[in-house]
Amino acid sequence: MYGLTRYKLFFLLPGLLVLLAIILFPLIFTIRVSFSGWDAVRPGLDWIGGVNYGRLLADGRFWQSLSRLGLMAVSAVAIEYVLGFGLALLVWRQIRFRRLVRVLFLIPMMTTPVVMAVIWRTVFHESLGPANDLVTLFGFAPIPWLTNAQWATFVVILVDVWQWTPFMFLLLLAGLLSLPREPLLAAAIDGAGPIRAFWNVTFPAMAPISVGAIIIRLIEASKIMETVYVITSGGPGTSTETSSYYIFIRGLRDFQIGYAAALSITYLVIMIVLLTIIAKLLTKTLIKAEA
Amino acid sequence: MRLARMASLASVIAMVASSATLAQTDYSAAYGIDEDVPGACSYESIDAKDYSGRQLNIISHAVPVIGEPTDIHARQFEELTGAKLSVVHVPFGDLFQRILIPFQTGQNAYDVLFYPSLWIGDLNQYLAPVPEAYRETAGFKDVTRNYIDVATWGDTIVQYPMDGDRHYLKYRADIFSNPEAIARFKQETGKDLAVPTTWEDYNEIARVFSGWDWDGDGNPNYGSAEVTKRDDLMFSAFISRAAPYARNPNVKGGFFFDLETMEPQINNPGFVKGLELFVEASKDWAPGGANWGLGDEIFAFGGGQALMSYSWDDAFVQAQQEDSPIRNQVAAAPLPGASEVWNRDTGSWDSFEEPNRAPYVTWGWTSAVSNRSQNQDMAFDFLCFFSNEANTLADLQVGRFGVNPYRNAHFDPSLWTDRLGWDAALTKSYVETLSGMDDSINRVFDLRVPGVSQFMTSLATGVAAALAGQQTPQEALDSVAVEWTAIVDRIGVDTVRNAYAGVVALEDNL
Repeated sequence: MYGLTRYKLFFLLPGLLVLLAIILFPLIFTIRVSFSGWDAVRPGLDWIGGVNYGRLLADGRFWQSLSRLGLMAVSAVAIEYVLGFGLALLVWRQIRFRRLVRVLFLIPMMTTPVVMAVIWRTVFHESLGPANDLVTLFGFAPIPWLTNAQWATFVVILVDVWQWTPFMFLLLLAGLLSLPREPLLAAAIDGAGPIRAFWNVTFPAMAPISVGAIIIRLIEASKIMETVYVITSGGPGTSTETSSYYIFIRGLRDFQIGYAAALSITYLVIMIVLLTIIAKLLTKTLIKAEA
Repeated sequence: MRLARMASLASVIAMVASSATLAQTDYSAAYGIDEDVPGACSYESIDAKDYSGRQLNIISHAVPVIGEPTDIHARQFEELTGAKLSVVHVPFGDLFQRILIPFQTGQNAYDVLFYPSLWIGDLNQYLAPVPEAYRETAGFKDVTRNYIDVATWGDTIVQYPMDGDRHYLKYRADIFSNPEAIARFKQETGKDLAVPTTWEDYNEIARVFSGWDWDGDGNPNYGSAEVTKRDDLMFSAFISRAAPYARNPNVKGGFFFDLETMEPQINNPGFVKGLELFVEASKDWAPGGANWGLGDEIFAFGGGQALMSYSWDDAFVQAQQEDSPIRNQVAAAPLPGASEVWNRDTGSWDSFEEPNRAPYVTWGWTSAVSNRSQNQDMAFDFLCFFSNEANTLADLQVGRFGVNPYRNAHFDPSLWTDRLGWDAALTKSYVETLSGMDDSINRVFDLRVPGVSQFMTSLATGVAAALAGQQTPQEALDSVAVEWTAIVDRIGVDTVRNAYAGVVALEDNL
């Protein structure tokens, strides 16, 4: 028995070492860096205790960026879920050119985020972009897409929705295709219409995969960076500055490595706590309600 | 007899070799230059060196700005010397950390560096001084005072000048002399239309010429194109606007800080006035003008949409491209000034009959050799070759390369009129504006101190908040001042003061 355990450990060891190297070491190193004053002037890992953490508690810009990120991520993921579900339902049924439509839906997800952000920036360029051409064609005044705080936030959310709805679509379509047919047939025999069948059969049955998809997307959306970097640079003012962009500014632009590490660790902890709570709430609401 | 035959054979071989070399010296045809200019850095001199089996590692900006000429001259250097040159291109946002991290962690990653010159405060300790042999070359000695100053840390030249950047005013000369435009301006303001000499004038002209089609192309035009995107060099635009109000020629001892106390001056009434005018101007920008990066500004002025602009040469060069619709219809002038200038010594505004001008010698690209490099001889030869007279002349003619005049020879009007076909009056305005900045005794330099990025990020955030209406100009700059004080405390007052003393010495012409 003891020998078997030793063999198991022997075979697991390479994987564990790789895991240690690629996940734990950077994390532990970042924690150590967060207790240092490493910047452009003082290189290296000196020890300054909790100074960086004390500083970030009073850093209003960081907390504002976090709440802004919450708004953007939740809004974007909610829209992506509704749209993704709708598209999945559409393709789930037998429609013409189903394969082509599936591929088309996936194109945004396959494009490089930075490249797409550049294209969207051109689309929403207020003087030269086609978005305002379209708006003025219908007789409306040009819209300050990127120079008004609300519109700029809308654009960032829109680009995220455009890029990541296909991901939601893909997961939900996989879920739909794996659903057993019997409950749906039973509902049809009992005379349930499509809407009733959806709310009473399909939606509850999709709850586990919905929770998974939403959580995965929330994790991703909480790192919104490329869109903000390319399209708005966090502006106007700081109105689209998200936490990851702010950490990027502090870490790589200002080269405040120690402080940026403290921001990253704090952000990580907050995200783990928040996402755990959200996952529990969603599970309780969607899955347990179904049970 | 046999010896004589051998000697004669050797001389024949030497002659053949010599004629082969002569055949190879048609560098202009081989490398696309006008002509090789003799000297230590010339094609011929570099061709005579053999660096076979040796390698240089170079870090440069992404293509095309600086990155493209780096590639071109690296390949030429390889062909001439047999060396291997490995060029790494890095986007602007990553360049600083890609250069600094290897230095801080003790690696010898790059022999040659291309980077914005204002980082000298952070990088100087890692740079090799430019040896006297290179400083004595004709090309180096012809570099203008501004760019020798930019390359100098303390008493030592540690950067190898290869670009000359500054902010100046560009405007549409055809519109400023157009009778209809003049009449309209007179009708709306009661004043004669003239090239603005103060920022108040600039804003007024921009307001009158915004939102209507003054060039008859069927699209609305605008008065001013400015760099306003927060993290896209907007801080430079603000400094250009605020400088004449805050840089008082009668006050010595610091523009950004009071050198004695190291108290930030960034929220003094002069800077606040500059920001108020910046905010006021924003009402008349083109749609989206409040989110314009350098590329937008270049396109707006260079493409003919805007009447005026002020920043680096790029927009001007864009306007002067062969295919430009406004080629030879533009002109250059010094940045607008201020009639009222804040005097921090007296705590009041000084009036100036002639508007106070404060030319802003704003960063610009530079090059340097790492002091950890094992190939410093070859590295300096490469930089010397990169910026030799023939290469620089070729690079100056390509707008996207980002290489701008920095030698006295570049201010020879015939260079622009004969070679590039620029209009004579336009060339005069360009050459006089650029060269005039070197003669100023009221220059403003970047904040060349350790942690400069922190200071400038903070400034850009404050200015952006004011432009977005999130804070008043005074509130925004007060916040910046608080942050600057914290940055100085973190870095160390003496460290920042010692570095800043060098900037003050340049600005006060000491």
